[in-house]
Amino acid sequence: MSAVRLARSLLTRANSPVQAIMARVMMALVPATCFGLFLFGWPALYLFSTTVLSAVLFEAVCLKLAGKSASLFLWDGSALLTGWLLALSLPPWAPWWIGVSGAALAIIVGKQVYGGIGQNLFNPAMVARVALLVSFPLEMTTWVKPTPMFSEHAPGLLEAFGITFVGAGAIDGVASATLIGFAKTELSQGKTLGEALVSGQFGSLSAWLGWTSGSLGETSALLVAGGGIWLIRQRVITWHIPVSLLGTVAFLATVFHLFDSEHYLSPLWHLASGGVMLAAFFIATDYVTSPSSTQGQLIFGAGCGLIIFAIRTWGGFPEGVGFAVLLMNALTPVIDYYVRPRIYGRDYKGRPLKLPDGKQ
Amino acid sequence: MLPLDIHSLWRGRGKIRGGVHPESHKEATADQPIVTAFPLPNRLYLPLQQHLGQPAEPVVRVGDKVLKGQLLAASQGPISAPVHASTSGTIAEITEYPAPHPSGLPTPTLVLEPDGEDRWMESAGIDDPFSLTPEDICARVDKAGIVGMGGAAFPSAMKLNLGWKTRIRMLIINGGECEPYLTCDDRLMRERALEIIEGVRIMLHGLQCPTALIAIEDNKPEAYAAMAEAARKHGRIEVVLVPSLYPMGWEKNLVTHLTGREIPAGGRPTDVGVLLHNVATAYAVQQAIRYGRPLISRVVTVSGEAVERPRNVEAPLGTLLSELLAFCGHRSERTARYVMGGPMMGDQLPHVLVPVVKRTSGILALTPEELHAADTRPCIRCGRCVSACPVGLLPLEMMTRIRAGQFDAAVGFGLRDCINCSSCSYVCPSRIPLVQYFKYASGELAARREAQQKTEQTNRLAEEKQRRLERVKQEAAQRRAQAQSSAQGTTP
Repeated sequence: MSAVRLARSLLTRANSPVQAIMARVMMALVPATCFGLFLFGWPALYLFSTTVLSAVLFEAVCLKLAGKSASLFLWDGSALLTGWLLALSLPPWAPWWIGVSGAALAIIVGKQVYGGIGQNLFNPAMVARVALLVSFPLEMTTWVKPTPMFSEHAPGLLEAFGITFVGAGAIDGVASATLIGFAKTELSQGKTLGEALVSGQFGSLSAWLGWTSGSLGETSALLVAGGGIWLIRQRVITWHIPVSLLGTVAFLATVFHLFDSEHYLSPLWHLASGGVMLAAFFIATDYVTSPSSTQGQLIFGAGCGLIIFAIRTWGGFPEGVGFAVLLMNALTPVIDYYVRPRIYGRDYKGRPLKLPDGKQ
Repeated sequence: MLPLDIHSLWRGRGKIRGGVHPESHKEATADQPIVTAFPLPNRLYLPLQQHLGQPAEPVVRVGDKVLKGQLLAASQGPISAPVHASTSGTIAEITEYPAPHPSGLPTPTLVLEPDGEDRWMESAGIDDPFSLTPEDICARVDKAGIVGMGGAAFPSAMKLNLGWKTRIRMLIINGGECEPYLTCDDRLMRERALEIIEGVRIMLHGLQCPTALIAIEDNKPEAYAAMAEAARKHGRIEVVLVPSLYPMGWEKNLVTHLTGREIPAGGRPTDVGVLLHNVATAYAVQQAIRYGRPLISRVVTVSGEAVERPRNVEAPLGTLLSELLAFCGHRSERTARYVMGGPMMGDQLPHVLVPVVKRTSGILALTPEELHAADTRPCIRCGRCVSACPVGLLPLEMMTRIRAGQFDAAVGFGLRDCINCSSCSYVCPSRIPLVQYFKYASGELAARREAQQKTEQTNRLAEEKQRRLERVKQEAAQRRAQAQSSAQGTTP
C-alpha cells in the first residue's frame, strides 16, 4: 500500500495536470516494464535506459533550438513517455544504436518538426518503430527466449554490456521466434497451424503471462491490460479505443478461426501476442493523434483493429500494430472533421430540431 | 402530436450530457442564516441599467427627497425595468459611475443618500392575489422592476406576458444553484419557503398554467425538505431533486432533464411549453404582489477564502460590493481576484467599488491558492473539454480555429451554440482559457456584423443619394424642355 500512497503523493504534487496525466500513464506501464526487464535481463535494462535517456536528451536539444522553456516543456514528461513506449516495443537485446536512432526518429521527426507537444500528426513512438523496422529488419526481428535475470542462460553485467553496446549478438541457443512470426513462417511452408503449434514452444497461458519471446514490454498481455484498465479507472483514458480495437481484432479472429482453424490463429492468440494490448491501451489512445469525439474514437479503434488483423493475417510483416496506428493517425483529422457530437437542439447535420407539431 | 397533454407521459426524464463536478465551496456559507441587519451605507449607487434591454429613464431630480420603494427611474421601451429607491433619502447625484462589469466602465447611475429613517412609501398590497387577472399580475410585476435574479436579468414581466399569451404547460422554478460558492438561493429556500411557494402560486395564476416543478440539486437536502414541506398542501406544485452537476442550472439542461424534451437551436423553453424562473424571482414576485414592495434588495453570497466571515447578506440594491466585503471581514492583501456571481460564469471585476445590482447573486474574493493558477500549455487534444461540454461542441477544435483567426470555421464547429459555461476551461489539463477564446470570438463576430451593417447602410444611402440626384437632374431637364416647348409655342 505504501507504493500506492507514494504514487498518490507524487501525483497530487505534480505542478501541472499534464504532468500528472503523463505520470499516471508511466505508472500504468511499470508492471509490464519491470516484468520485461526481469525476463530479458541486463541487455534489456541497458537498451531501455539508453532509449529513454536519449529521448529526453533529444527533446532538450530541440527545445533549446526552438527557444522554448525547458522547465515548462521538458518536465511535462511527454518525451520520457515516448522513449519509454518505444523501448517497450523494441526487441530486448537490440543494440544501443537502435534505441538511440529510434529516440531521434521519435522525438525529432515524429514530434518536434511538427512543432512539439500536441502538434504531431503521427504517434512518435510508432513512427520510430516502423522506420526502424523498415530500415533495420534484421535487428528489429531478432528475438530471444526468456532469459530471466540470474538464470542459467542470462548474461551477466559485462556480457550484457557486450550485447547491447559492442554488438556481440545473441548467444547461441537463445535466439527464438515470436508466435505470430513463427505461425507466419510455418504457414508459408505449407504446414497447418495445428502441426506448427504442437511442434512449437508456445503455450497459451505463457503468452498471457508473458513468459515468451517478444518485444521488451509487450510479452505480458495481462500486465499491460492491467495497467490499461487502471488508466481507464483513473479516467486518464476512456474505454472507447481499447474496447473497439480489441473487439474488432477478437471478432475478426473468431470469425476466421471458426471458418478455418487450420490457417487462422484463434482470437486468444491474437489478443495475447505481439503489441496489440500495448497498442490498444497505450499507443492508440495517445490523445494527440486520436480523434476527440467518442464516436470518432470508436471508429479509430475499429480501424486499427481491422488493419492489425489484416497485416498479421495476409501482410508481409509478422506484426501490424505500428502500421495500423500510423494509418489511422493519418485518418484522424478526417474522422474529427466528419464525426462530431450532436449539438444540443440540433440534428447530426447541424440543423435546428423540429418541434413535434412541425413548427420550426 | 406527441402526448403533450398527458402529463404523466410527458414527464419522461431526458438525458443530459457533459457537465463537471467542481469543488462546491458552499459549506462556507450554507449553514449560516441570511444576515438581514446590514447597516445602511452612506451612499447607494443605483445604475439605470440593471437588466437586459433599454436603460430606465430617471423621473426624479437631484435634491429630491424620496421614500423607500419610490419609483426613481421608469422603464423605457418594450424590454426594460424600472428602478426604485432602496431606502428613504435624498437624490445626491445623477452621474456616471462604474458598473459591475468586467470592463468597469461607467454607466448612468442615480446616487441616493439615505436619511437613516428607512421610511417606506405607502404601498398597495393585495390580500388575495388570486383575485387579480393575469394582466394585472404582469403589470404589477413589471412595475416592481423584477428581473431574472439568477443572473440573466431578463425582465420577468416580459416572460410572464409571453407565458399567458402562448400556452405554458409547465412552470419550472430553478433552485439548482449549480455554481460553486453561491448559497443565496439555498438559504432563501430554507428560510423563506412559504413566501417562495406563494410566489410560485401567483406565477401559476398569472400564467394560467396548470403545474409547477421546483428543481433543487440534491446537494441541498435542507432546502428540499423546507420547500417540500411548504408545497405539501399545493397539489399543483411539485418539488423535485435533480443531480448535482454543473451546469444543471442551465435552463435548457433543466428542461431536458425534467421533461425529456430538447429545445430546438435558436428556440426558447416556451417552444416546448415550459417557462423557467429562479427561486429568488418567485420570492420577489410574492413580495411585490402581496405587499406591494418593489425589488429593492436581494440576498448576496459573500464568500471566498479572502473573506473572514463568509455569509449571505440581504443587501439594499446600490450597496457597494466593497462595503459588503468589509462587513464580512475582507482581507484585500490575500485577494487575487474578485468575481461577481459564481466562479464559473460570473464576471471578473477589476475592483469592488461597484454596486450590488439586481443580478448580483454573489461577490467572491478569491485567494491565489483558490485560483489554482498555472501556466498555460499547448493543447494535448486529450478531449476532456469535449466530454465536459453540455452542448456537444468540440471546444479544442473551436479554439484552434479562433487562434488561427478562422472565426467562420469556429462558427462551423458550433461557436454560436456555446453557452459560455466554462466547463471546458475547468477541465482543461493544459489550463487553456477556452471560454475566453469563445467570448472573444463571439464579440469580434458581433463587431464585424455591426461594421458590415454600417457599410451596407452607407452604401445604400450613397446609392439613394445618387438616384435622387439623377432624378433631380432628370426633372430639371424635363422642366427645361417643357419651358422651352412652351416658350416656342408662344413665340410664333
